Amino acid sequence: MPIEPIVKVLFILIVMVVGIAPVITWIERKQSAVMQDRIGANRADLAGITILGLLHPAADVIKLMTKEDVVPVGANRVLHLLSPLIAAVPAIIAFAVIPFGGVYHFGDTTLNLVGADIDWGLLYIFAIGSIAAYGTVLAGWSSNNNWSMLGGLRASAQMISYEVTMGLTVVGIFMVFQTLRLSDMALAQDRIFWLFGAIPLPAWGIIYQPLGFLMFLTAIMAENKRPPFDIPEGESEIIAGYHLEYSGMRFGLFFMSEFIEIIVIAALTATIFLGGWSVPWIPTDTIIGAISPWLGVGFATGLCILIHFATFMLKVFFMIWVQMLLRWSLPRFRYDQVMNLCWKILLPLSIANIFATGLVLLLVKG
Amino acid sequence: MTVEAILFYVFGILAVVSALGMVLNIRNTVASAMSLVVTMVSLAAIFLLLEAYLVAVIQIMVYGGAIVVLFLFVVMLLNLSTDEFPPGKQRVVKLAVAVAGVAILAQALVALDQNPLLAGQPEIVPEGFGGYRQIGLSLYTDYVLIVEMVSLLLLAAIVGALILAKRKID
Repeated sequence: MPIEPIVKVLFILIVMVVGIAPVITWIERKQSAVMQDRIGANRADLAGITILGLLHPAADVIKLMTKEDVVPVGANRVLHLLSPLIAAVPAIIAFAVIPFGGVYHFGDTTLNLVGADIDWGLLYIFAIGSIAAYGTVLAGWSSNNNWSMLGGLRASAQMISYEVTMGLTVVGIFMVFQTLRLSDMALAQDRIFWLFGAIPLPAWGIIYQPLGFLMFLTAIMAENKRPPFDIPEGESEIIAGYHLEYSGMRFGLFFMSEFIEIIVIAALTATIFLGGWSVPWIPTDTIIGAISPWLGVGFATGLCILIHFATFMLKVFFMIWVQMLLRWSLPRFRYDQVMNLCWKILLPLSIANIFATGLVLLLVKG
Repeated sequence: MTVEAILFYVFGILAVVSALGMVLNIRNTVASAMSLVVTMVSLAAIFLLLEAYLVAVIQIMVYGGAIVVLFLFVVMLLNLSTDEFPPGKQRVVKLAVAVAGVAILAQALVALDQNPLLAGQPEIVPEGFGGYRQIGLSLYTDYVLIVEMVSLLLLAAIVGALILAKRKID
């Protein structure tokens, strides 16, 4: 049995899903508390120890696990029970193509910190994203509740619309980096870009495609259906939308999949636009070259892995924070505003972005 | 049997069973649409086994995702019940379709049997086969005229749909 893939899968499941997702619920609570001038979650305690409210995620899980799991009368039982799983699985398997670090050489052995280093990595993410809509849509339909049904309808329209735009917003990035492989994209950003031959900037995607970054972040946040794009839930209009009839851990799964998607979005934007695992202004060779005279090449490479992984996680947490900031700053859009934003603003702009990128590339590269 | 062969049979059986599930399920339109998704994803898996990565991804994105979600959207919007499609009439149609399907399949099998390309040893797959680069290159060099014609056709379809929808609104 090969050990490496098993370790990678376990890492994704234990660290990214079970480890970080609950912490993000805590970050969300604390972020909202800070922004609304409150103290925030700090009441869950174990013999008087609260650890800044970090016990709240555990309390949430215990509460959701012990709650009754209600299936409404007249619901389609099989689909009602399945749809939380259909929502959660795509969010988890999207981690497979995210590079948590580069490719490192220890003598003859090579270490590649990507789950599956496939040539069509970004296309895989889009394929997963298009399957992810089913969890929401089926949950809305199978609950036998008109409000849920409206939520499901809204979700299907919103997710289909933004999927198209999301794909088009990153075409500019494909053209700049000439690849769809996420690890190659991160590697291409691991160098210095000289603006006008004088100002050193990290060669990040956001430098080449600032408009693409903004549009991609908007589209992918709309795909995640969180505020300000939470029209499928819309508490003031349709109570809780598609997950209205869910209780206990099945509701918890919807909740968790939303938070796992936050991590996926953060990791994806960090990889495509913020240089992935690369340290700004300091390429990998410089790091290894600087450390190896003292500690030897092998140890320097090991230290470099740690530095890169820490940099990547720092960028991921930065993007998570940005999403939290937007979520607690903006009010919910109206349904027609969400649709207008997609079809009348983002779609034409992203096509214009593709043309402009092509023109510039043609002028620069000849 | 190799791993590929086992996977091929697993996904092949899954594709056939879920396709039958889609056609034969008359009680529940949504479940039948979900069977179609399973068929599409199994077909994508078979494309992956053939190293046709781009086709596999497009199969999932376009057919498994977008189109069936649109089907679901319409089914949920109209909220059809079984009464509107009397099962008696449907059975005749289904039987006719099944007979036609078997006839086409038999013809395809005969044609495949006589195909000289399949007689020899399979060729080794060239580097980058089925990737977005190769397909993109051949689409925009060898087949550029056909691509442009199809895009013109799609544009005409969009304009037509818009006119039909707008007439209703006005």
